[in-house]
Amino acid sequence: MLSPEEWGIVLLSLKVGVVAVLATLPIAFLIAWVLARHRFPGRMLVDALVHLPLVLPPVVTGWLLLIAFGPLGPVGRWLESWFGMTLMFRWTGAALAAAIMALPLMVRAMRLSIEAIDRRLEGAARTLGASPWHSFWTISLPLALPGVLAALVLGFARSIGEFGATITFVSNIPGETRTLPLAIYAALQVPGGEAAVTRLALLSVALSLGALVLSEWLVRRTHGARHRHGD
Amino acid sequence: MAIDIDISRRLGDRMIAARFVAGPGLTALFGPSGAGKTSILNMVAGLLKPDRGHIRIGDRTLFGDGIDLPPEARRVGYVFQDGRLFPHRRVRANLLYGHHLAGPADRWMGLDEAAQFLGIGDLLDRWPHSLSGGEAQRVAIGRALLAGPEILLMDEPLSSLDAARRGDIMVVIERIRDELKLPILYVSHDRVEVDRLATSVVTIGE
Repeated sequence: MLSPEEWGIVLLSLKVGVVAVLATLPIAFLIAWVLARHRFPGRMLVDALVHLPLVLPPVVTGWLLLIAFGPLGPVGRWLESWFGMTLMFRWTGAALAAAIMALPLMVRAMRLSIEAIDRRLEGAARTLGASPWHSFWTISLPLALPGVLAALVLGFARSIGEFGATITFVSNIPGETRTLPLAIYAALQVPGGEAAVTRLALLSVALSLGALVLSEWLVRRTHGARHRHGD
Repeated sequence: MAIDIDISRRLGDRMIAARFVAGPGLTALFGPSGAGKTSILNMVAGLLKPDRGHIRIGDRTLFGDGIDLPPEARRVGYVFQDGRLFPHRRVRANLLYGHHLAGPADRWMGLDEAAQFLGIGDLLDRWPHSLSGGEAQRVAIGRALLAGPEILLMDEPLSSLDAARRGDIMVVIERIRDELKLPILYVSHDRVEVDRLATSVVTIGE
């Protein structure tokens, strides 16, 4: 049904999306937790920085990544000399661009659910003998789980749809950085490429719907159990 | 086992202070709403830090003399006004939460015994949101007892219940006082409750 080339594009998109979201999740949770629970000088600045990719034109985000992670950039040079690692023109760079673009959405989703936790439940856990860590793992984190799942879905959807920052930072290289949106864009440039565009667009819709259905199922599984009785 | 309390704490422009020694039985902290009774329980539980003073149970210092034990090290059971059951755990897991965390030597009641004592054996597989107010409060009491506390704090545990359920829970509290012989600090602003349950009364907020 799918040509080997199309399979390659889909698998690359999935790889970029999954890696971006899983790598961002712990960082985004930490940021969400700190923003939800702590008051400190510079909190507004952290909040603004996290949200920047949401409001900046993606091409500007891509350009900033190019400056920071390019071979002459401060982070890029450091990665190259210590780990022999370059992100530019690589799928890992596409994952980084996707991660940066997904970060604000993931932080927002988790922050809301962390703020919704009844903190008095944590106090109750402490009086029952739980250390702060134990209370976090057994009370706070499970209660924040709906937000974590929402963050995964939003982040993944954002990642596999990422275009502007990706093409600016890692270009549009077949087999390496050409994810679905970039492939659609490339096909649009080719005269008579309408059929290819249609197929890729349908693939894109199928992928997004699949993610949505999967998340709905996950939410029902984790959330549904405790609300199955009564209401 | 005497509970020796002498604490004060400023909260905004209010000064909350208490000084009393509670013996065995149920000691009611009686006073109008807003007098800081709940804050006093929170300080005994370790959820709120006093500005000064001391809290001792028998020869164990929970607070004062440079000591400030975290809540989990105090062995103080707490039954909250609103039950405060963990919504993502079934009744059984709520009951066993503190039981599993307590040292084996500190536990003095098992799950079966607690379920029978409180008449909640049929509720073990239910979710907290499906319980009535009286059922939830029984489970909250069981959860506190199963953690093996040395004393029990109760913050207006009857206030969210209707008259019939109040009577039931009062019987449970009397049995904790008389059969389990667990010292109880009991916050209330209801004269009838206090007259029926209290071994001694400390008036708060004069």
